Amino acid sequence: MIGAPLARVDGRAKVTGAARYSYEEQPAHVAYAVIVTSTIAVGRIASIDGTEALSRRGVLAVLTHDNAPRVRQDAASPGDRKLRLLQDDRVLYDRQPVALVVAESFEVATEAAARVRVTYAAETPATTMNAPGAVTYEPPEANQNPADSARGSFDSAFAAAPVRIDQTYVTPTEFHNPMEPHATTAAWDGNRLTLYDASQGVFDRRKSIAAIFGLPESGVRVVTKFVGGGFGSKGGTNAHTALAAMAARLVGRPVKIVLTRPDMFGGHGYRPRTEQHLRIGADTSGRLLALAHDVRSQASRFENFIENSAVISRMLYAVPNQVTTHRGVRYDVATPTFMRAPGESSGSFALESAMDELAYATGVDPLALRLLNYTETDPDQHGKPFSSKSLRRCYAEGAARFGWSQRPPQVRATRTADGLLVGYGMASSTYPANRSSSAAMATVHSDGSAYVTSGACDIGTGAYTAFTQIAAEALGIDVAHVRFDLGDTLMPEAARAGGSQQTASVANAVHLAGIAVRDKLAAAAVADAASPLHGRRLDDMTFARGRIALRERPELGETYVAILQRAGVSSMSAFAEAKHDRRVKGPYSTHAFGAHFAEVHVDPDFGTVRLARMVSAFAAGRIVNSRMARSQYMGGVVWGVSMALHEEGRIDERSGRYMNANLENYLVPVNADIPEIDIVLVDEEDPHVNPLGIKGIGEIGNVGSAAAVANAVYHATGTRVRELPISPEKLLPA
Amino acid sequence: MRPFSYARARTEQDAFSTLAQTARGAYLAGGTNLIDLIKLEVAKPDAVIDINALPLAAIETTPSGELRIGALARMSDTADHPALRSAAPAISQALNLSASAQLRNMATIGGNVLQRTRCVYFRDISQPCNKRRPGSGCSAIGGDDRKMAILGANDRCIAVHPSDFAVAMLLVDATIHLRGPAGERTVPFLGFHRLPDDPSRDTNIQPGELITALTFMPSALTRSSTYIKVRDRASYEFALVSVAAALEVTGGTIRDARIGLGGVAHAPWRSREAEAVLIGKVPSRDLFTAAAEAGLQAAVPQRLNRFKIRMAKNAMIRALTSVGMPA
Repeated sequence: MIGAPLARVDGRAKVTGAARYSYEEQPAHVAYAVIVTSTIAVGRIASIDGTEALSRRGVLAVLTHDNAPRVRQDAASPGDRKLRLLQDDRVLYDRQPVALVVAESFEVATEAAARVRVTYAAETPATTMNAPGAVTYEPPEANQNPADSARGSFDSAFAAAPVRIDQTYVTPTEFHNPMEPHATTAAWDGNRLTLYDASQGVFDRRKSIAAIFGLPESGVRVVTKFVGGGFGSKGGTNAHTALAAMAARLVGRPVKIVLTRPDMFGGHGYRPRTEQHLRIGADTSGRLLALAHDVRSQASRFENFIENSAVISRMLYAVPNQVTTHRGVRYDVATPTFMRAPGESSGSFALESAMDELAYATGVDPLALRLLNYTETDPDQHGKPFSSKSLRRCYAEGAARFGWSQRPPQVRATRTADGLLVGYGMASSTYPANRSSSAAMATVHSDGSAYVTSGACDIGTGAYTAFTQIAAEALGIDVAHVRFDLGDTLMPEAARAGGSQQTASVANAVHLAGIAVRDKLAAAAVADAASPLHGRRLDDMTFARGRIALRERPELGETYVAILQRAGVSSMSAFAEAKHDRRVKGPYSTHAFGAHFAEVHVDPDFGTVRLARMVSAFAAGRIVNSRMARSQYMGGVVWGVSMALHEEGRIDERSGRYMNANLENYLVPVNADIPEIDIVLVDEEDPHVNPLGIKGIGEIGNVGSAAAVANAVYHATGTRVRELPISPEKLLPA
Repeated sequence: MRPFSYARARTEQDAFSTLAQTARGAYLAGGTNLIDLIKLEVAKPDAVIDINALPLAAIETTPSGELRIGALARMSDTADHPALRSAAPAISQALNLSASAQLRNMATIGGNVLQRTRCVYFRDISQPCNKRRPGSGCSAIGGDDRKMAILGANDRCIAVHPSDFAVAMLLVDATIHLRGPAGERTVPFLGFHRLPDDPSRDTNIQPGELITALTFMPSALTRSSTYIKVRDRASYEFALVSVAAALEVTGGTIRDARIGLGGVAHAPWRSREAEAVLIGKVPSRDLFTAAAEAGLQAAVPQRLNRFKIRMAKNAMIRALTSVGMPA
């Protein structure tokens, strides 16, 4: 059952509308809240007047810093400042929530929100990394990685290298924009709070909300049944969740909030702009001698988040002498956060563009250059072996499918029949195979069905389906009779859906819980003189289709139903926890790997780039569901294409306001921009990474895909664009 | 969004009299622009008068041979109309390159002509804008001006007109039929859209007036036309620049020429300078290049959009090549 392309178990509910998303919860007497956001980037609220708004029929309350309930200020942890809103008159970023209107309907709340009069004492914002007032700082860490690293002696090796690449690459501010905007429905029952929240991790959410409201964690229940995309934006707790809880307490009714699309460009995080200085020293054959990757990452004034772009450079290639650094640059913007493959995504654009430049500088084929610098061990962990690494096969299978050998070495070498420039580009991909402790509960009922739970989240990845398959296989029950449920803090605690870790983390727990129930059933049969399995050894048994049988004599056995009925119990359950401490480094470095091959067509008259086709090959251990894995990889690749060609938060440098805060002007590809994307699943068995041999696949599709497109653009045009997105003006001579 | 009343007009007179009873009433056709603007509070009508029931959706060839497009004809129906496709292929192409299929199914031809700029400063009421609040200033100048005008702009407004259709309509010497409380009038399509001398006025329509139809006489010139649209992505996107071109070539010589530019000015921009270079000459790559240079000679870029000049020239050369020297 594991590996089968099972269709989504929740697919029908989603397409028929039966699946209920967080904003669709409808508790009795629910009220609707709409957020008023700042129109300046820095300063103070000089005055705020909710009188007119409050006078509208149906308006229940207008919350401002004058009257909002106070929240705890002492639960200091990064990310919390943005939750403590409406506590003072300070404005720290554009579109910061400054008031909240609660009304009987969404429409009344929306209209009244526009009637809240706010005046500001604006200060001059610093709106770029190089603006006066922008402050560079040394971060304590870079998204859970050491901020800096060094091995060998970079300076002397780089100085002595016969071939040197020394370039700066820029990735712009990018906003996640999941299809489902941020949304929360909050309901208090006395001092107990229930949140239906669009989240990537119900337990993380419970913890931070309990902290700021001074509640025990047991007093907060978070429910997340369906999520219309997260991509990191729903990983941390966002302001609206705290505001919904605050408003619900104030009006004494459940309150729900959904963000508008413009507000999705506000204070809930984004991928920070990066400026990445790459220096590569190589010998004339292309062998790497030295590599430095120095990152400047956009940061807010009041919280720490650093895009860990240089981390990928520490381990992807064999390079003896290396320095990497991360610095934050604080200016008057909201705090950035995780966005799909944080660090690796932006970092791979810089590293893999620089490697492409080295390929042209040395005259070595870009793929051959990667193979020349291939590393079988992790240079960032003192040469520790990888638990598995099938990157060579990703290169080989991807290149074969793509026809990479047909690539002419020169730039501007090929045109289509209608005169478009044709370019081929490639890039490597990798992402750490992460894992966190998770638990699950499995129950087999006397009708032969199973119910399995773990408080994970399905953010659209197919978690419901994947864990159904894992549970079915462990239990020895057909998937049709297994119901897997998730997304509730009343369930066993699970890893969040972030960092490509949830499947590996939760699957191992679900597996253990399934095995544990199965073994309980077997033990009951073994102990029961009336059972044909009486006195038999567990090791001799097989479990399939809801029946236990002897391996050597399959006719000898009985069903779970028979065991339970004879025992006179309605069900048997087992809880299991798959523990994993991420801070403890094991004997292996664990990563998934992949390779992208892109063909672009560039109109030389207009500078417009269209992707013609893409082949991406990945090896990520055991694949739980090949259909959903393919979709997940493909989505990641499309993100990379979008990053290469389209996405960019465009800030007005005078005001600090992102002026393209909507999906008209914040561009992502439409269907017409995305041709065939051929995903190659490279088989890989990993006996070390975790008991089930699963590596995460959520982020890796987005790593390297932008670079592959950018490298193809260079091959087509001979113009190297080092600042994304590759918009037409960057390819068009004046 | 502010509350507004809603009424459905059964006749034009009904629409006029209902509007007359309102302070800031607005006609609603396809709604693909007005509803947006209401949500953004850029438009704040106290009444919305739905004119979709008026019998103005026909597309027909009149006894005199003119093509008549009713103002309530949907973009999709117009684009695919066989008479239009042969009479002026550029118009059909421009419509099919606009918006998305869903929007084209709703949006009307009259509404398309009257649609308002997509300038992000116009559409964000926290920002000063002379078009929205006369005298408040133009915040696009010196801001994110990548998509703004390169022709005909001034220090009051640098917004561009967003329509593809209106650019192609420059080729055909169309007439706009208007009806209002004061009666009926016709005006040439050319000159209907204004340059930003008074940015609050996009066009010369009078308060209370409705566009009822657009008419034009197909000719050898209009039948030999094409539309090129350049944009940041392959579909569902307004033009960075666009070019509508029509050439009448007989005996190897260009007898007549029309060039329209989109995405470059406050109004759909007719380039008489480019046309003058072409007329009476033999089509050639050099001639088209000279026309493009003439057409963009007056261009003044904003901070971030110098590229639009080169892009517009190249688009013009390609459009002219496509109609004047077909492969």
